[in-house]
Amino acid sequence: MAMNQPQPTSMTSEPSQTPAPQAVTPKMRASNVSFYYGKFRALHDISLEFATNKVTALIGPSGCGKSTFLRNLNRINETLRDTRIEGEITLDGQNILDKDVTEIRRRIGMVFQRPNPFPKSIFENIIYGPRINGMLRRRQSAAELVEKSLRRAALWDEVKDKLHDSAYALSGGQQQRLCIARALAVDPEVLLLDEPCSALDPIATAKIEDLLVTIKEQCTIVIVTHNMQQAARVADTTGFFLLGKLIEHDKTDVIFKNPSKKETEDYITGRFG
Amino acid sequence: MATPSAAVPQASSIPKRRFGGDEVAYGITLLFSLSILAITVLLVYELWQHSALTRDKFGLGFIGSKLWNPVTSQFGALPFIYGTVITSILALLISVPLGVGAAIYLSELATSKVSNTLTFLVELLAAVPSVIFGLLAIFTVIPLMRDYIEPAIQSIAGFLPLFSGRIGAGAGYLTAGAILAIMTFPYIISVSREALMAVPREQREAALALGATKWESTWDAVLPFARLGIMGSVFLALARALGETMAVTMVIGNDRVIHTSLFAPGYTIAAVIANEFAEAEGNMHLSALIELGLVLFALTMVINGLAQLLIIVTTKKGSAKG
Amino acid sequence: MTSRNSRRNTVNNVMLTLCGICVFVTVSTLFVILAYLIYNGGKSVNLDFFTKLPQPPGQLGGGMANAIVGSAEIVLLATMIGLPIGFFAGIYLAEFGNKTMQFLIRYTADLLNGIPSIVIGIFAWTVIVVRTHHFSALAGGVALSLMLIPITARSTEQFLLEVPRSLREGALALGANKWRTIATVIVPAAGKGIMTGMILGVARISGETAPLLFTSLNNQFWSTGLSEPTASLPVMIYNDAIAPYDDLHRQAWAAGLVLLGLVLLANIAARMVISRGTSLPR
Repeated sequence: MAMNQPQPTSMTSEPSQTPAPQAVTPKMRASNVSFYYGKFRALHDISLEFATNKVTALIGPSGCGKSTFLRNLNRINETLRDTRIEGEITLDGQNILDKDVTEIRRRIGMVFQRPNPFPKSIFENIIYGPRINGMLRRRQSAAELVEKSLRRAALWDEVKDKLHDSAYALSGGQQQRLCIARALAVDPEVLLLDEPCSALDPIATAKIEDLLVTIKEQCTIVIVTHNMQQAARVADTTGFFLLGKLIEHDKTDVIFKNPSKKETEDYITGRFG
Repeated sequence: MATPSAAVPQASSIPKRRFGGDEVAYGITLLFSLSILAITVLLVYELWQHSALTRDKFGLGFIGSKLWNPVTSQFGALPFIYGTVITSILALLISVPLGVGAAIYLSELATSKVSNTLTFLVELLAAVPSVIFGLLAIFTVIPLMRDYIEPAIQSIAGFLPLFSGRIGAGAGYLTAGAILAIMTFPYIISVSREALMAVPREQREAALALGATKWESTWDAVLPFARLGIMGSVFLALARALGETMAVTMVIGNDRVIHTSLFAPGYTIAAVIANEFAEAEGNMHLSALIELGLVLFALTMVINGLAQLLIIVTTKKGSAKG
Repeated sequence: MTSRNSRRNTVNNVMLTLCGICVFVTVSTLFVILAYLIYNGGKSVNLDFFTKLPQPPGQLGGGMANAIVGSAEIVLLATMIGLPIGFFAGIYLAEFGNKTMQFLIRYTADLLNGIPSIVIGIFAWTVIVVRTHHFSALAGGVALSLMLIPITARSTEQFLLEVPRSLREGALALGANKWRTIATVIVPAAGKGIMTGMILGVARISGETAPLLFTSLNNQFWSTGLSEPTASLPVMIYNDAIAPYDDLHRQAWAAGLVLLGLVLLANIAARMVISRGTSLPR
């Protein structure tokens, strides 16, 4: 995976075939989303689409609201006191704010900034999500599911002999991949990652960035990052946040080489942030 | 540059540090601190010395013997150890589920203002003198037990030997256990709540993000993480229950025999000392009572030590790893 | 919503409600206690209670004047012995001392703290009553002081440690030596906390009964001086509660109300002054 050049994504359909019969609905869409911590308005009228099986990166300086926005996509911000959301967030066209939250969170998974495995074994960590969601009764046995998830997270070879050891025995990078495997075990359609590599060294970071390319084939990915190079490396489209507003959202290539807003350009060129 | 003035103090004209101040302060505070050590050592020594008579006569058999008869100078600690342990276990069986449940509410569900106010009220319970619990127990809990609760339990579970005895006056192991449970609430609730609040937010969010309900995330992610601290609270409560004197004395029924039924009257180490010490008949009797005190001291020392250890481990590491 | 999810949501609601019930049950015990005491004790608390001596059972009237004064004597004695020792020991723990000494003293203080109060009573008995051949207020006061010392030491230490480093360094940088810094800067800075710690400690020991049972014993009349058996509120409550006479029960309720009122007031006042995490003795 090239470390410098962003990979341009092709948005045109094959020339000689007829284009897809119906318009491609984005996997998720946020419409006029505003979010309040008490009286403080942290997000202003955010509207944004996330295309299916693509990686979208959200960048911006500290405190710009990108993490807050991400955490609203799986409604985990609801667990904070005195918060309020306005607007609509849809998954496959249906507003997630109206639906049963536990089902939403199974379909939209999240990986956090610092690895947060449970104080249990590696096996138990992965099996937890499927167990509470009743997914174990289907064809797959628990052991199969654990292996499949660990392979998707590129962790299987490293831990296959110590599945019943404590998760805390793993290194930081391994723990984060465990958290990714844990999130993938419930077969989510969308995976949200909140600065997943900020606590990791460059090698661990590279491993996780490589993962995202393979995971996106089955998942739509949204990743918040404060590292612009990371966005350039992994993302198909990028959104730039500033002071709670979405300033610009476009193909990554465009954002980094030819942004249309001055604020975006200032951030990209390092004038602030 | 101005020429340096001639006012630079010479080394010999800076006054020498006055002797006194710091050394005296050190000495005084050290002295008083050492007195704490001295008191504790002296306490163990005195207990040991004054129990010599019965220790020499009965040896370790003291702990296993069931007979306590001051008139014939037969002394055995078993009925009291039994009563102490049974009432404490009963107390924990009641107060741990209630207390941990309350702690969960206070840590996970209540807003911080409500949580702090309610916790303050619960901690006030710990300030209520034990004799007042006893006073209330005699006139309110005992009739309640005798007329309503014990008959109800007996009608449901009377086939078990634990619940099959005669319901007498209402004083007995069960009543004492119930009072002790109330007295230990504050310890369980306060310490468990702190242990739960110390669980990092990310643990809860990890479970919630996988689709868990709030209860599932509390039971599966938060509680296991806080288990060491909660265990510490249980040991703390246990130590308190073992040594509790007045409230238990007033409701245990003062019977020196071991009964299997929980409705039967019994005795605890602290209660028998409280009742018999002031009018003890002879040095042998006194020695036996003091040896009982030694046993109680050792018991509470061990349990308290474990509690401190668990609490230190949780506050230092801030987690229950592994 | 799937049926599995609705079941999970029901379990969620039920369990969380149960937890709320647990809080209700535990918090309400405090109010139940207060209610009973106010109801039963309020009827019997009158001027006589505070001014008269106990009457033999069967005769109405009478009070607990001797117990109130006796308690005050014993607690005052305990305070005069226990507070200074605890205070200075606390200073040692926070400001002087090397790691080993600190560990040792803290460990023994916590040990002493955890000893059941009846065992403390036995110790005071062996040290004073045996040697002086009679029960006395002195013995009772000493017994209570033994409980007050570790409480005061640990709480003083905690509050001293909370004084920020910058304050100490500010004083030292001005040329003050260590004891002056402690006496004029650190202790006053922690003063509020230390005082409330002391108040809480005194409130705690004034409700203790077990250590007094065979040290200061009891007395139906006034005691002269410190070397006689002396009445105290907690012991009177105990004796009256277990006696078979209704009159004495009434006295017990009244005394209970007075004692609890004082103890709770002290605790609430102390907590108002400092609102820190927990005030439980550990």
